[in-house]
Amino acid sequence: MSAKTLYDKIWDAHVVSTEPDGTCLIYIDRHLVHEVTSAQAFEGLRLNNRPVRRPELTLAVVDHNIPTTDRSQGIDDPESKLQMDTLAKNTSEFGVEYYNELDERQGIVHIIGPEQGFTLPGTTVVCGDSHTATHGAFGALAHGIGTSEVEHVLASQTLLQNKSKNMLVKVNGKLAPGVTAKDLTLAIIAHTGTAGGTGHVIEYAGEAIRNLTMEGRMTLCNMAIEGGARAGLVAPDETTFAYLKGRPKSPKGEDWERAVEYWKTLKTDDDANFDKVVEIDATAIAPIVTWGTSPEDAIAITDSVPAPKDFNDEHKQASAQRSLDYMGLTAGTPMTDIPVDKVFIGSCTNGRIEDLREVAKVVEGRQVATHVDAMVVPGSGLVKAQAEKEGIAAILKDAGFDWREPGCSMCLGMNPDKLSPGERCASTSNRNFEGRQGHGGRTHLMSPAMAAAAAVTGRLTDVRALLNEGASA
Amino acid sequence: MKALKELSGVAAPLPMINVDTDMIIPKQYLKTIERTGLGKGLFHSMRYNDDGSDNPDFVLNKEAYRDSKILIAGDNFGCGSSREHAAWAIDDFGIRCVIAPSFSDIFYNNAFKNGMLLIRLPQEQIDELTKQAEFGSNAVFNIDLENQLVIAPDGSEHQFEIDEFRKHCLLHGLDEIALTLEKETAISSYESDASSSRSWLTPAAG
Repeated sequence: MSAKTLYDKIWDAHVVSTEPDGTCLIYIDRHLVHEVTSAQAFEGLRLNNRPVRRPELTLAVVDHNIPTTDRSQGIDDPESKLQMDTLAKNTSEFGVEYYNELDERQGIVHIIGPEQGFTLPGTTVVCGDSHTATHGAFGALAHGIGTSEVEHVLASQTLLQNKSKNMLVKVNGKLAPGVTAKDLTLAIIAHTGTAGGTGHVIEYAGEAIRNLTMEGRMTLCNMAIEGGARAGLVAPDETTFAYLKGRPKSPKGEDWERAVEYWKTLKTDDDANFDKVVEIDATAIAPIVTWGTSPEDAIAITDSVPAPKDFNDEHKQASAQRSLDYMGLTAGTPMTDIPVDKVFIGSCTNGRIEDLREVAKVVEGRQVATHVDAMVVPGSGLVKAQAEKEGIAAILKDAGFDWREPGCSMCLGMNPDKLSPGERCASTSNRNFEGRQGHGGRTHLMSPAMAAAAAVTGRLTDVRALLNEGASA
Repeated sequence: MKALKELSGVAAPLPMINVDTDMIIPKQYLKTIERTGLGKGLFHSMRYNDDGSDNPDFVLNKEAYRDSKILIAGDNFGCGSSREHAAWAIDDFGIRCVIAPSFSDIFYNNAFKNGMLLIRLPQEQIDELTKQAEFGSNAVFNIDLENQLVIAPDGSEHQFEIDEFRKHCLLHGLDEIALTLEKETAISSYESDASSSRSWLTPAAG
C-alpha cells in the first residue's frame, strides 16, 4: 500500500462511490447549521418532500445576526428575527437539535462544535460557513459549503466532491513570547498569498504546531480558508484527546477507548507525498497586523505601510493602491503610528477562553484609551461563563471593555455591532475586506493580545513592549 | 438546476484581483430567506453611491454592460465567505458565466449548483479577453460548453477545462440531490460498515 497523508486517509475512509471522472460521493459525519445559510436549504427539502436523513448528525445554533446585548426580551430587527424564527421552526420540524439565543450552550457555530465534543478527529465536518476550516484543528476534514450543498447534506448525509491536492505547511522552531497562533496564521497567509492554498488541503506540521494548544490550533486552521485552502488539518495527538475527553458529545466508555485507538492512526506516513510544501521559521515571526483589505496584506508590527511600487505585479499594485485609499493610509507610515477608534475581541478565530485570558493578561491594571470604544464578545455562553468564573470578565470590565453576549458580532456586522464609515478597528477576526465590519469601516487584523495592546494605547502597538513593562513592574 | 449549453452575450470586464463575496453581495442582503431578488445588491458598494444613486464609473452601470451575460475578472474571484447569495446575486443580475484565472473553491461549487458556468483561463488569455470586452456592446462573446470553448469577439477560440461530471450535470440541468438519492444502496451500505467499524461515530446524547 502506498504511503498516505492524513488527508488521504480521512478522504479514503469517507468515499461512498466514485464517478468515472473521479468525482466522489463523500460521507459527512458532522453537519453544523446556522440561521443565515440554511433557510433556503430546509425550504428545498420541504418542496421535494425529503426528510433530513440523519438528524442526530446535525447540530444547529443561532450566531450570525443576533444582537450581543440582552436578548431575553426578544430581538428588535424584524429580518434577523425572521431568520432566527425560521431556524427554530425548521429544526423543530425536521428533528434537528438546536441551541437558541437563550441557551447557555449557544455561541459561534465553530466554537460550540468543539466545545460540545461534536467535532471529532477523523470525521468529515461541514457547515454553510467558510470558517468551518476551524475544526481541522482536531484532524477532522472540515470545510465550508454553500446552501445548495447544505440541502444536499441534509437530504443524503453526503456531498459530491473532487479530491483536493495535498499541501504541507511545516513550521519549524518555537514561537517567541508575545507571538501567538494568530500571528502564525497571518504570517503563513502573507507568505503563501490568499490564493496560495486554492485547490489544496493544508496539513500544518512541525514543532511550533505541536506546541500549540487546541485553541491555538483552531485559530490556525480557522484561517486556512483565507489562504484559499479547502481545509486545514492538524494531526490529532494527546493535546487533542485531552481536550475532547469528557465533553458532552464525545464518545464515552469503551467507545472512547476505541476512538482514541483509531485516532492515533491518523497521521501522515513518513514517506507520503505532498504536491506543495512550504517551510516557515517560527522563530522569525513577530506580532503581525494587516494594513490592507486582504488577509495577505499582513506585516510585522515593527514594519511600515508598504507602497504599491513594492509589489512586482501590476494587478497587485492596483490592488495595493485601492487598499491604501480605502484604509486611509500613507505608504511609509510606521504601523505603530496608526490610531484606532474601536477594538473588537471575539469571533470564531479568537473568541475562546484562552484568547480572553491573553487579553486579560495585557489589560490587567491598565485602562482602555479614552478615545477608544472596545468590546469583547465571547465565542459562546460557556466561554462567557468560564471567563466570569475566572475573574477575566471583571478585569476586562474594570479596564473599560464592553462585555457582551456571544455571537459572530462585528466580525461580519450582520447584527447591530458594526463600524461607521471611516472608523478604524483593531480586530481579532479573520477578514479585513472592504466593508466587512461595516460600510466604509477600516479593519486591522491581529491577535487578541495585540488588540488588547491597541485598546490601552489607542493605536496599533507591539504588545511585547507592554508585556515586558508588566514583567519589570 | 438550469441547464446551460451555449451562451452568447456581452462580457463585462472587472480586472480586479481577490474580488471577495462581501464585495459581490454585502451582509445586508444576507438576511433574506429567499434565493431570488439579490441582483439589485450585486457589487453594492462599487455599484451605488452613498446616496443610493448609481455610480456611473462602475462597469455594470455603463449602458453597454447593463445586460452583460458574462463577467471577466481577476485572480481568486469569489474568495471569502461561503454565502451562496454571491452566486444567486450574479445569476439574478443575468450573468451566467464568469471567466477568471482562478476562483475560490466554495464559490466555484456554489455557482455550478445554480446552473452557472465558471471558466478558468490563464492570466495572459484573461488580459486579452479583458481588452476585447472593453469594446462594449459590440463585443459579443460566445461560450460553447459541449466543446469547452470561449469564442472571443475577434473569433479567437480559447479552450477551457472542466470536470466531466460537472459538465454533464450542467449540460442537462440535472438535480444533483435526486441523482445522489438514487445511490441509496451505496449510502446505506457505507453507513452500516462505518457504524460497525467506528461505533463511536454517533454523537453521545450530550
